[in-house]
Amino acid sequence: MSVEESADTRSAESALKVTRSRRNVAWSGIGAVIVVGALFAFPYYEGSGTLGIMIQGLIILTLASMWNLLAGYAGLVSVGQQAFFGLGAYFVLIPAMHGLTPWAGLFIATIGAAVCALPLWWLVARLRLGYFAIATWVLASVVMLVIEQISSIGGGTGEPLPGLVGYDPALLTAYTYWAALSVAVLAIGGVYFLLRSRVGLMLTAIRDDETAARSSGVRVGLARLLVFVVAAAGCGAAGGVLAIQQLQVVPGTSGGVFSVQWTAEMAFAVIIGGLGTIEGPIVGTVVYMVLQQTLQSHNVWYLIVLGIVAVGIAIFARRGLWGTVDERFGIRLFPVGYHLWAPGERRGGLGRLGRGRGRAAQAG
Amino acid sequence: MDWVNAIIQGLLTGGLYALFACGLSLLFGVMKVVNLAHGDLAIVAGYIGVGVIAVSHMPVLWSIPVVVLLMAVLGYVLQRSLLEAAISRGELTTLIVTFGLSIIIENGLQQFFTANSRGLGVGDSFITASFTIGSQITIAWFNLAVFVVAVVVLLGLQQYLSYSKYGRLIRAVADDREAAQLSGADYRHVFGIAAAIAFGTVAIAGMAEGMVTTISPSLGTDTILLFAFASVVIGGLGSLWGTLLGGVILGVAQAVGAQINPSYEQLAGYAVFLLVLVFRPQGLTSRGAQ
Repeated sequence: MSVEESADTRSAESALKVTRSRRNVAWSGIGAVIVVGALFAFPYYEGSGTLGIMIQGLIILTLASMWNLLAGYAGLVSVGQQAFFGLGAYFVLIPAMHGLTPWAGLFIATIGAAVCALPLWWLVARLRLGYFAIATWVLASVVMLVIEQISSIGGGTGEPLPGLVGYDPALLTAYTYWAALSVAVLAIGGVYFLLRSRVGLMLTAIRDDETAARSSGVRVGLARLLVFVVAAAGCGAAGGVLAIQQLQVVPGTSGGVFSVQWTAEMAFAVIIGGLGTIEGPIVGTVVYMVLQQTLQSHNVWYLIVLGIVAVGIAIFARRGLWGTVDERFGIRLFPVGYHLWAPGERRGGLGRLGRGRGRAAQAG
Repeated sequence: MDWVNAIIQGLLTGGLYALFACGLSLLFGVMKVVNLAHGDLAIVAGYIGVGVIAVSHMPVLWSIPVVVLLMAVLGYVLQRSLLEAAISRGELTTLIVTFGLSIIIENGLQQFFTANSRGLGVGDSFITASFTIGSQITIAWFNLAVFVVAVVVLLGLQQYLSYSKYGRLIRAVADDREAAQLSGADYRHVFGIAAAIAFGTVAIAGMAEGMVTTISPSLGTDTILLFAFASVVIGGLGSLWGTLLGGVILGVAQAVGAQINPSYEQLAGYAVFLLVLVFRPQGLTSRGAQ
């Protein structure tokens, strides 16, 4: 940056102020710590049944955060995330069959899925939107077909997960819950800090105008690769948690780890909650859990209803539930963009009158 | 001789794949829409066929035009309502809506018709008859008929788009929506017509699938959508001849793979798809880069 430029920036700064958010977000950080703390204490006052449902929700929450990062921030609509989810489950299973504890396998699942994402990215990197979507779907199918060829890890029928036999069932459920919660917290936290970093800035620039970003030196391909790999890692970790919860790994497209249903659930949760917001996947997962628990005696109806709600929201309220709240009240618990303070604008004093101007200036 | 047989059978199956791919290729070419619900719509057509036959007791072959007509109407209506709304909101919304449709249709079919597979057309001697070439190659008349239908549909559609009034209108709207609109063409109606044609071909594909083998709710995404997409990519965009070629190559690759080892059938097909994706992303028939 030249001297002249920095002087310009400084004089601009004296008139305009740029902060992360229009409101102070310290309280939402404190709130997040309290909520996570309360969730960690959950196993002390809840039974295994509730914990099982919670684990399921935390898996979906992790997946949804990853899909949000892909589609909401990098424009990568992947319909093949079940590939990494399934690979994660197998990366827990395979070391466990050789004597490693499945808990350590969760780390292998995370790293292994990320490593597998590299060659797969190379195949789909130049595709955009619809083509990218189906191509990832095909890749997930290819990954499954290859895994099903390997008979030593159960071939097409699957394999029980060894290494957790000695545990007391209640204790095992609690441990699994803590693992699932840790994975979910790390996933959301990871996405949050990634988006606040330079990468987040790059992604915002790409989303607003890819050509302009490219010509300003943003390495578009690298940013997308990074997002793809991080999302694969998160989905891999979630798949590892599923393997531990189910104590087995079953491949296959109907009911198995490679089912497109996993991607449908994560995508629907994100779309309902709000694409492109950190809070969206959390809200969406809550909606998912409520629907799933209410309709659980009606087979796949929850997925049909979830799909109808997601399609309806995609058309009539594109920003999802949280996005609509944000639009109306300007609330962001986890701001990843910046707010440009107009001259004379006061913190927290915007109300509904000023929201149009405030929103226009709020990037990301 | 086994290999020759495999290649011939693969070629015939490839006609069916080209039929699957036809509607996908058309919708992408005209509206730039990748319809993720494409495969499930073929299965819907198959189930409509089951319903039509059960209600009217008409022969299977006679039910095809009825199903094609019903699907074409469905295509027009769906395009003018849901898809039009999605397209006007951007590509991301369109993808989300068609993916949502795919999941809703597949699970809905599973809910109402169970996950069991069903066949169409049992009891018709034409479907089971075959002829032999030499001593080892047996060709089912019906498979040959499906291949001929695929060639006729794809060739006919290419001619229709090239020379008919509506075909020219569709190409005009595909090339430049605003300019066509200024010249008095209502692009929404033209999109509706294109969707109706695409759904009509999907109906033929779904009925053919039901007659050649069986249909089940999960088949729409597990095979039809992915095979159709692979055919389009292998053949290259923008050319229905390319789509036919892509389907045939996919079918032959699968048959050859299955000849090596029955469990390699799908993998061999996808291997060719991935090779084309990496080394010739514009497809085999397109000249320029995308």
